[in-house]
Amino acid sequence: MKIGIPRALAYYAYYPFLETFFEKLGFDVVVSDKTTKEIMDLGIEDAITDACVPIKLFHGHVRNLKDRVDYVLVPRLVKIKHDATFCPKFLGLPDMLSCSIPQFKNMLEVRVDLKRGRLDLFMLCMKFAKKFKKSFFKAYNAYLKALLSFKNYTHQFLQGGIPPLGIVGQKKNSPICLAVLGYPYMLYDPYLSLDLIKKLINMGVYVVTPEMLREKDKQKQASKLKKTLFWTFSNEVIRSAYCLFENQNVDGIIHVTAFGCGPDFIVDKLMEIDAKKYEMPYLTITLDEQTGQEGLNTRLEAFVDMLKIKKAKKEAAMA
Amino acid sequence: MRKVSFPYMGTSYIPFERLLTAFGNEVVVPPRPTEETISYGTKYAPEFACYPFKIVLGTYIQVLEAGADTLVSSGGVGPCRAGLYTTLQEKILKDLGYEFEMITLEPPGRHLRDLIDNIKKLINDRLSLKDYISIGRFAWKQLVLLDKAERLSHKMRPLEVKRGDTTQTYKKCVELIAGAKKYSDLREIEREVELLYDAIEKKDYDPIKIGIVGEIYVLLEPSSNLEIEEMLGELGVYVERSMFLSEYTISNAVMDLFHIAGDRDAKKMAAPYFKEMCGGHGRESVGNSVLFAKRGFDGIIQLSPFTCIPEIVAKSILPKVCKEHGLGFLTISLDEQTGKEGLRTRLEAFVDLLMAKRKKAESFRVKSQYVKEMA
Ligand code: SF4
Ligand code: SF4
Repeated sequence: MKIGIPRALAYYAYYPFLETFFEKLGFDVVVSDKTTKEIMDLGIEDAITDACVPIKLFHGHVRNLKDRVDYVLVPRLVKIKHDATFCPKFLGLPDMLSCSIPQFKNMLEVRVDLKRGRLDLFMLCMKFAKKFKKSFFKAYNAYLKALLSFKNYTHQFLQGGIPPLGIVGQKKNSPICLAVLGYPYMLYDPYLSLDLIKKLINMGVYVVTPEMLREKDKQKQASKLKKTLFWTFSNEVIRSAYCLFENQNVDGIIHVTAFGCGPDFIVDKLMEIDAKKYEMPYLTITLDEQTGQEGLNTRLEAFVDMLKIKKAKKEAAMA
Repeated sequence: MRKVSFPYMGTSYIPFERLLTAFGNEVVVPPRPTEETISYGTKYAPEFACYPFKIVLGTYIQVLEAGADTLVSSGGVGPCRAGLYTTLQEKILKDLGYEFEMITLEPPGRHLRDLIDNIKKLINDRLSLKDYISIGRFAWKQLVLLDKAERLSHKMRPLEVKRGDTTQTYKKCVELIAGAKKYSDLREIEREVELLYDAIEKKDYDPIKIGIVGEIYVLLEPSSNLEIEEMLGELGVYVERSMFLSEYTISNAVMDLFHIAGDRDAKKMAAPYFKEMCGGHGRESVGNSVLFAKRGFDGIIQLSPFTCIPEIVAKSILPKVCKEHGLGFLTISLDEQTGKEGLRTRLEAFVDLLMAKRKKAESFRVKSQYVKEMA
C-alpha cells in the first residue's frame, strides 16, 4: 500500500520519524516532490488567498501526491509538548484541505495530541498500526527504529550539520557566526527560503538554527517571558533567541518569517525589542511567493558585510 | 489614586467605568477609536499585527497620554494571539517610554488565584459584601440592557419609515442607560427602552435576513467594522450578530470557572466541518452560520481582521457550509485600509443577490404549487 507524505509543514520537523515508521511497518512511502514553482502554483490555486505561503505549499504538495498514492497523510498537530499547541492553521489543516481541494477523497487524517509525551506517541503509533492490521511486534519494532532514526537526526544537528539540507558539517573557523531562526518548514525548504542558508554558508558564515541548540538550554529560557507563547515552533524560535542573547555566541540573528504569518508578528516584535536591549544585530526577512533572489542577496550581503566591519573594529579596539 | 483605563469596545465602557469607579479608582474613559487612534496603532504595531491589536494599542497610547497609569485588559489562553496581546503591547509601550502597570485578567478556569490578586489591585475602597453585590448587579444589568438596546436597533432599523429614527432612538437609549444611578432606575429604563422602540413608525414587510459572524472585536466595535450593521439596516436588511458581550462574558468567565464549554450549540453545529478548537472564534463562526441557516436566514457575512488566523481557517470552510445550507456568503476582511464606500458597494451587491435568490426560490415554490394543483 502506498502512503503519501506531503513535503511541507511538519514534515520538515519530523520526517526521519515518519519515514522510518511507515517503511518499517511495510508501507510504500512516497514523499511529494521537492517544492517547485509548479507545486507552488497548484497551492495558490486551491488555498484561500490570505493564507500564508507554507499553508499554500501544503495544498500544493497534496495536489502533487494525491493521485499517485492510496492515502495522503495529513497530520492535525494538536500538542507535542505539554506547554504549547500549534498555530491555528495546523489545528484546522485537515478541515481546510477537505474544503479547498476539490476531489480529495484519500486524506488520512491523523490527530497528534501528545499531552503525556512518549506514552501518547507510543499509543498513537500502535493505534495506527492496528488500523492497518499490522502485528504488534512489527509495530513496536517500527516505533523503536523510528525513534532511533529521529535521535540520530537531532544528533546530527548538534554536531553542526543541517541534515534536511544535506549539510553534514560546517567549517568551525568561519569569521562570522550567524543564527538563522525560523520554523523548520521555512528554513529547510530551499525553494521557499531561496536557499538562504546555503547562500550564507557560501559567504563564509557559520550558521546556527534553532535545532542546533541543545533542548536543555532552550528549556532554561522558558521563564524569560511573562507568558509562554501558545505555539510549539514559536517557542523554539524565541527560546533560541534568548539563549543566544544571553550567551552572545553569535554575531547576529536573522529571523526568517512568512508574509502574513499570524504568530510571527508577536515573535518577531518581541525578539526585535530585546535584540536592541542586548545590542544584537537583528534582521527580519519576510518571504512570500514572490520574493526575488536579487533583493534577498543584496540584503544578506549587506548584513554580513556590516557584521564583518563591526567585528574588525571591535578586534582592532581590543588589540 | 490609580488612574485606570481599558480598551474600548462598543458600549462596554459604560459598565466598566461604573465598576472601576465604584471600586475607588479614577477612570480615564477611553475615547471612541478614530483615525488618529488607528494611525498610532499602525505606527507602533508590527505590520502583520491583527487589526484589533492595532486599535487597542492606539487606544492605550491615547489614554496614557491622557494620564492613565494602569491598563486593564482581559487575557486568554490561546491558541490564538489575543491572549498574548498584553505581553507584547506592554513591551512596545514601555519601549516607547511610557510608565504604567498592565493588569491582565485571565479567565478564571486556570488562574483563579492570579485573577483574584489582580482584581484586588483594582479595589481601593473598603467595601462590604453587600456593596460588592449591589455594584456587580448594577454593572451587569447595565451591560445586559445595552446589549438589548442594540439588538432591538438591529431588528427595527430595516423596518423604520424615516431613515435614522432607529439610530436616534438607540443613541437616546444608550444615554439613558449610562445615566442611571440605581438598580431600580435600570428597571424603569428597560421599560422605557421598549416603549421608545415601539414608538418608531414601522413598515410591514419581511426583510432580507443576514447573520454576522466573525472575530469578536470587529464584531463588537462598530468603528472597526465601519458600522456595517447600521449600513445594512439602512439597506433594509435585518441583521443579527452571533455574539454580544454579555453572553460572551458568561461563556468565558462564568462557565470557564466551572469548566463548562460555552456556546455548546454552535460548537456542535460546527463539528462536522471543524473538528478542532483552534482559538479565536473560527469554530463559532462556522457553527453559528449553521444555526442561522436553520432559522431561515438568507445569508452570512463573515467579518475578519486582516491576517486573523482562526478566521482564515473558517474562511476556507464557510463557503462549503453556506452552499450546503443554501445561504449566500460574503467575507469581509478589515484593516486600516478598508474604505467605507467600497464596503457599501459590496454590501449592496450582496443584498441584491440575496433578493434575487429569494425571488427565485419563491417563484419556484409557486410553480411547484401550480403544478400540484394541475395534477
Ligand atoms: S505559524 Fe505562521 S507560517 Fe506557520 S502556518 Fe501558522 S501562520 Fe503560517
Ligand atoms: S482571533 Fe484573529 S484578531 Fe483575534 S487575536 Fe487571533 S488572529 Fe488576532
